[in-house]
Parts: sequence; C-alpha cells; structure tokens
Amino acid sequence: MAEQEKPQTSPETEQPNRRDFLYLATGAFAAVGVANVVWPLVHQMNPDASVKALASIEVDLSSVETGQSITVTWRGKPVFIRRRTEAEITEARGVAITDLPDPQGDGERVQKDEWLVMVGICTHLGCVPLGQSGDFNGWFCPCHGSHYDTSGRIRKGPAPKNLEVPTYEFVNDTRIKIG
Amino acid sequence: MSGESTYNPGTGFTQWLDTRLPILRLAHDSFIDYPTPKNLNYWWTFGGILTFCLVTQIVTGIILAMHYTPHVDFAFNSVEHIMRNVNYGWLIRYIHANGASMFFIAVYIHMFRGLYYGSYKAPREVLWILGVVIYLLMMAAAFMGYVLPWGQMSLWGATVITNLFGAIPLIGENIAIWLWGGYSVDNPTLNRFFSLHYLIPFLIFGVVILHIWALHVPGNNNPTGISVKTKQDTIPFHPYYTVKDGFALAIFLILFSYFIFFAPNVLGHADNYIQANPLVTPAHIVPEWYLLPFYAILRAVPDKLGGVALMFGAIFVLFLLPWLDTSKVRSARYRPLFRQFYVLFILDCLLLGYLGAQPAEGIYIVLARIGTIYYFAHFLVVLPVLGIVEKPKAIPESISEPVLAAKPAE
Repeated sequence: MAEQEKPQTSPETEQPNRRDFLYLATGAFAAVGVANVVWPLVHQMNPDASVKALASIEVDLSSVETGQSITVTWRGKPVFIRRRTEAEITEARGVAITDLPDPQGDGERVQKDEWLVMVGICTHLGCVPLGQSGDFNGWFCPCHGSHYDTSGRIRKGPAPKNLEVPTYEFVNDTRIKIG
Repeated sequence: MSGESTYNPGTGFTQWLDTRLPILRLAHDSFIDYPTPKNLNYWWTFGGILTFCLVTQIVTGIILAMHYTPHVDFAFNSVEHIMRNVNYGWLIRYIHANGASMFFIAVYIHMFRGLYYGSYKAPREVLWILGVVIYLLMMAAAFMGYVLPWGQMSLWGATVITNLFGAIPLIGENIAIWLWGGYSVDNPTLNRFFSLHYLIPFLIFGVVILHIWALHVPGNNNPTGISVKTKQDTIPFHPYYTVKDGFALAIFLILFSYFIFFAPNVLGHADNYIQANPLVTPAHIVPEWYLLPFYAILRAVPDKLGGVALMFGAIFVLFLLPWLDTSKVRSARYRPLFRQFYVLFILDCLLLGYLGAQPAEGIYIVLARIGTIYYFAHFLVVLPVLGIVEKPKAIPESISEPVLAAKPAE
C-alpha cells in the first residue's frame, strides 16, 4: 500500500490522476441521481392538473349597473369587476404618475374605461380589500391598512404593488373571459 | 453522563439486559442518580412541564386525527363532529387546543429563565440553539394546527403567513404557489398542513432528546450561574427534583384545567367558529396570542420585504445570543445593570404582544416601531455593551457558599 501511494500523494507533483477522476465522476453521478429523485418529491407540491384545469372562467356583465361591483371566484381567488362612474374614472386619470408607489397609468390597467377588472387580493399579505373605502375612494385592506385608489393602485400603506390585473378579454360587449 | 455510572442491576434479567442494551443504565444515570445542582428554584421545573406538554399534545393529537377529515368540504364539520358526537371529543379537543397555549406559556417562562440566569452562555451554546430550533418547530406546528379547523381565522391566518414567503425577491411568488399547491390557500394546502402538523411533533421529540443530551454534558446551570465544583454542590435528581418537578406540574395542571373546563375558548378567536370563506376577510386578523409580538414587528415596518425580514430576524437573533452577550458572568443575580435591562426587555415583549392584537393604525404603529427598535437594540447594542461597561457584584466561591451563609442568619 505504502509503495503505491508514494507517487500519488507527493504535493510537488500533484497531477489529477485516475483516482481523482473516478471520485469526481462518482460524486457527479450521485448528485445528478439525488437531484432526479428529489425533484418529483418537491414538484408534487406544485399545482396539480385538476387545479390548473380551472384556470379560466367566463362572466356575464349585463346585469351590472354603473357604480356597481361584482366579485367572482377565479383560481380560488376573488376577482373584482367594477363598472366605474365618471367621477371615479376622472379621479383615476387625474393622478400624477410620479405620485404613485407603483407607477402605472389608469389606461394601462383597463381595456374599457368603464370596466375595472382586478384580482381582489391585497398585494401585501393576501387579504381581500373592502370596496369603496379608504382614503382614495377605492379599496382599503383592513388587515394591515393599505389604501388603493379607484384604479386599484396602491397609494398608502405597506402593500408594495397595485392590485393585479388578470389576463382577460371581452368575448362580446357584456361578457368577459378571465384567464 | 458526567462521572461514573452508579447503576447496579438487581435481578438476573436486568443484568442480562445491561450487557446487551444498557437502556436501564442510561435511564438511571440520566433521571435517577443524575447529579443536579442543589440550589435549583421553581423556574427550573419548566423543562419537565414542557416534556409533559409535548406528550399531551402527541397523545391528544393522535386521537383527534382518528376523527378529523382534512378536506375543505368536511374539515369544519368534522371538528364540530368531534365536539358534539365523539365520546369525550370535546374534552380531547379542548385539551389539545388549550394545550398549545399552555405549551407556549411554559416555553416562554423556560426561555426567559434561560435569559435571566445566562443559561445560553458557554458551555451551553448548543443547548440553547437546540432550544431555539424546538421553539421554531413549535411555532410551525402551532400555526399549521390552527389552520386545520378551517374557520375564518384558519384560512386568513394561513393566507397572511404563506404570503410572507411571497416577499422573497424573484422566487417568492413561486414559493407561495408551491406551498399552496394552487393559486391560493385551498384544499391542497389544508391537506399538506395536516400531514406536516402530524410530522412536526415527532421532529420536536427528536430535538428534545438532543436538547437533553446537550444538557447532560455540561449539566444544569443554576441560579448562581456558578459551575458545579464538588459533589457537595449536587444532589441526585431522584427523589429531590422528581418531587419538585411533580409538584410544579400539579400546580401547572390546575391552571391548564381552569382553561379546559371553565374558559376553553378564551384564548382562541370567535371568528374561527365561522367556516372559512375565501371571498370575505375578517375585519381584524389576529394570530394566536403567542405569535403576537412577532406579528407586531411584521406590521411595524411600512415595507413588505423589510417587515418579513425583521420578523424572522427577531427569532434568528436568538441563535446569535450566546455570542452577542459579552459578559462572562452568567447569572443576573450578580449583574445589577443587566437586571434592569432584562425587566425593560420583558416589558418590551409584552408591549409588542399587546400591539400585535391592536389594529395597524395611528399610535399603535408608532409604538410598535419603538418596541421593535428596542427589541433589536436589546440584543445588538445593550447586551454587547453591558458586558464591557458593567461591574458585576462579587461572585461566591461555590454553589454551597451562599446557601450555607444564609442558614445561621435564621
């Protein structure tokens, strides 16, 4: 044993030898193997096929009058659909973009001025904000005091972002498809 | 574990077993003839009380799992089924629900005992760190357990806490979705929380064994903070401390029984008797009382990531405590300045607990900010500086000295 190790361990002549290669190759192989086994154990916790299958819904808007809101459930979350009044639209348009913590023009947040569609989940810690309240006549989250304006943009409080606008399209004048 | 074993197997069977699996010897050396400082006061009885709490939670929890259904459509009703139909179901559930609170009362006293008498200092750093690990696991178990009845507070508490992970930059949202198994707290979340809630107590049990092991290497700290020097400083664990622990446990059980039989819901929240509704947030979400100080810290910061970071930081700082406290004197008995800051720190924790239950507005936010700053200042400024500037009182030669000196005065 001693005579075999001599040429391999002298520090001056340290060259990668076949044993080093075997160690590395074995280690790499084992690491890839472990990663392959661990991934299914981790990924099983991600949304499953049945959850993903419920990813889009259609909503009929014909019964919603100006100044009214409805809440629908989409992916287990509430979605606010509000038919805004003229005053609300004017108020949302009148704000200087630079005053906003998460700058976004009202025009970028709606497809038709009248209809505001957004996920009713506070971007702070996920509570459902209350409609037509708060300091900006929009939404107010009672959990930790975030105020949103008539465009659903964050104005005051701990929430970092505006209320999320989901992907949606108007199927016709009175029907939208969310998701 | 320190010193020679005094175990003497009496019968043929125990001799036979001792040469094959010396488990009785281990038990004898750890809990019967274990040399324990002779001056331990009643603050030292909470280790035994905590062990009792853990066993109680495991036994009642296993029974509840026999009758509970972890599904959003059935969970709430299955809890009512336990309360109304299952024989003694009400008793077992009330023991389990209030047992969690009693567990936290005991663990907070146990931790503040350690803080006062310097039980985290060398050579007990690993013992302390294992304790903080147990505390973290307890919080995880308690949080997930609170979700299982699937009331309004269950759902919205879970929503707020899982959204904390969403504050992590870049990957936060994906982590939240991964935790939920969907796009919000829903059936997959409830189901996995049940699985993990069943797992964690057994992890705690494992860490408790390590905790006791780490305790039995240096031995108990004691009210003087002075290390055991001779055999005269110690007495055997049994019968002296088995009796003392037993008496303290009996007192503790009176308090426990008061809650179970006379005020079973006083520590809970009425909203949790309303079935979970993902479209309506209760006006005022509050966690269970034992998490309130951390909740206050979370809300004190007007920035999402900052709030989450400080909240976890408030627990993480406990891991560093053995190295943040620069004083070599363990017990606060001999640290006049530290004693005053210790009282301030307790008041600060109580203040934060009170603020965590109040709405996040106005003066409450301002006070929570002051409380948060002081909480961190205690660990990061007061303790390191105090060790350098404070002049400790004269420390007795041994554990026995103050005990014997007190005697003739009578």
